[in-house]
Amino acid sequence: MSALKYTKDHEVLKVDGDTAWVGITEYAQDALGDLVFIELPEVGRQVSKGDYFAVVESVKAASEIYTPVAGEIIEVNTALESDYDLIKQPIDKGWVIKIKITDTAVLNELMDQAAYDAYLKQVA
Amino acid sequence: MMDAIGSQRALNYDVKLLWEYPQADAPAVDFEEPSSFKNRTGQSVRETIGLAQLKEPTVVRHFVRLSTKNYGIDNGFFPLGSCTMKHNPRLNEKTARMAGFAHIHPEQPVETVQGALALMYDLQKTLGEVTGLPAVSLAPAAGAHGELAGMMVIRRAHEAAGNTHKTVVLCPDSAHGTNPATAVTCGYTVRTIDTKGTGRLTVEAFKEALGDGKDVAGMMVTNPNTCGLFEREILEIVDLLHKAGGYFYCDGANFNALVGSIRPGDFGVDVMHLNLHKTFSTPHGGGGPGCGPICVTNELAAFLPVPHVVKQDDETYALERHRDTSLGRMKGFHGQFGMVVRAMTYILSHGADGLKQVSQDAVLSANYILSQLKSLYHVPYEGPCMHECLLTDKRQKEKGVTTLDIAKGLVEYGIHPMTVYFPLTASGAMLIEPTETESKEEIDRFIAIMKMFAQKVEAGDTDIFHEWPVSAPRRRLDEVKAAREPKLKYAK
Repeated sequence: MSALKYTKDHEVLKVDGDTAWVGITEYAQDALGDLVFIELPEVGRQVSKGDYFAVVESVKAASEIYTPVAGEIIEVNTALESDYDLIKQPIDKGWVIKIKITDTAVLNELMDQAAYDAYLKQVA
Repeated sequence: MMDAIGSQRALNYDVKLLWEYPQADAPAVDFEEPSSFKNRTGQSVRETIGLAQLKEPTVVRHFVRLSTKNYGIDNGFFPLGSCTMKHNPRLNEKTARMAGFAHIHPEQPVETVQGALALMYDLQKTLGEVTGLPAVSLAPAAGAHGELAGMMVIRRAHEAAGNTHKTVVLCPDSAHGTNPATAVTCGYTVRTIDTKGTGRLTVEAFKEALGDGKDVAGMMVTNPNTCGLFEREILEIVDLLHKAGGYFYCDGANFNALVGSIRPGDFGVDVMHLNLHKTFSTPHGGGGPGCGPICVTNELAAFLPVPHVVKQDDETYALERHRDTSLGRMKGFHGQFGMVVRAMTYILSHGADGLKQVSQDAVLSANYILSQLKSLYHVPYEGPCMHECLLTDKRQKEKGVTTLDIAKGLVEYGIHPMTVYFPLTASGAMLIEPTETESKEEIDRFIAIMKMFAQKVEAGDTDIFHEWPVSAPRRRLDEVKAAREPKLKYAK
């Protein structure tokens, strides 16, 4: 089990070599509430660092999910389309996309669990 | 037996769908025999398209009963923040129905509509004076349409100056959603100014968003902002923006706080739209068409939309229908003329001192609410506020009661909820705008209800919050189910 990485926009990444599963953190899931729509990207799309690749819509708001790393989307969790609540599961089940990372050095800029927990205390 | 009696009790009418009433064998309206659509024997071809066939009294009762289930500013308190749900004086309606205004045609020769043109000209002049931005177009048909027109003016100005490298518009993170949407529609990319910590723009955060400013075409800011706060550092910020060659677009949604006290042109605004249905008391939404005039500096006047009313040397009025530099036409004919009459009536009937009193009363009402509720609800940004006050559910959330539950509670007590979950910068936002319309008694009732809610939460008496509204015809709606499985058509 590889370590999880976190972003300031509340995405979570599970990294394995040069691929990563990207989802949203528990904090983001709580803040959004119940989802009513998910717009997923197509497999094969090239994304740059900071691009949004999916839109999650709750009764409160529509929010974009951003990728903190550049690369190619190699798999999309289409099970989310029929079961929005799946996104609330841990990353192994609740992932949104699987991405092949162009430059893994960028991962060093992301937060680990401890840093993210500290960040949450700051923003909450 | 019970089916025949139905669910109607007292004034709680049972309203069915049109198809569920007993169908008549003939329609309430007589149509002429269609002259085309004949078959080879000369008979009319008739096919049903499935419309309900109802008697006139059934139709009248259906819609009158539905109308009693509506809630609007004519029913009660409507503190919907950022929307300025103020009273629409009936005097406005009287003047708008005067034959000389109501029965003229937009294609009439201008010599025969000099009075109407004079009124449009006077409103242009008056809005120019209250905003300090002398060039005015009445063409845009709503606030967002005004935003679009305003940003198109800025774009035209940059194009005329050859500033093709200016591709970015700055917007604070608390902006109305229409601001970044307008910028993008006009072909710009948006860079966000961070205001999360302060609720206000700071020179520091602005500088960070501005960068070297070379790519910045303009900035879109609402002042007072969507947290109900006046932007104190605006002069310094606008100075930096202007030095970088950017224009300042001011969203006029919150102008009801400033009329008569400050002219936006004096704090550096280059372009601003006004919502006549907010600040100048014309009806909102379904109450009538909108009108979102834009006011700009003399420097930008050449780019305004056409047509435009001008006063000629012989004191008569004419329509300027074409100008080479203009961004063109935004609207058929001359905009929403009926709204122009209503707004001008409102302005003339209040006078300069009355308009100032209106905005001061609006600010006073909001501060009164803030002062009464700040000990019970979390105030994210310290007051005093302007025409609206911002609270959050931070304290109530700890006990499981959220902004949504409080809003539903207000429905139970017959008050339209405040704006909820906006601005996005304050978690669980409740944005309350009482306007100058409400009496102290009405505001005190709202305050008493909000205090009662807070005390109930404090005491742990929270179950009912998840049930409200229990007295409304449809009680608590399942918003998630409604959004996940929307029923968009009636299947017979």
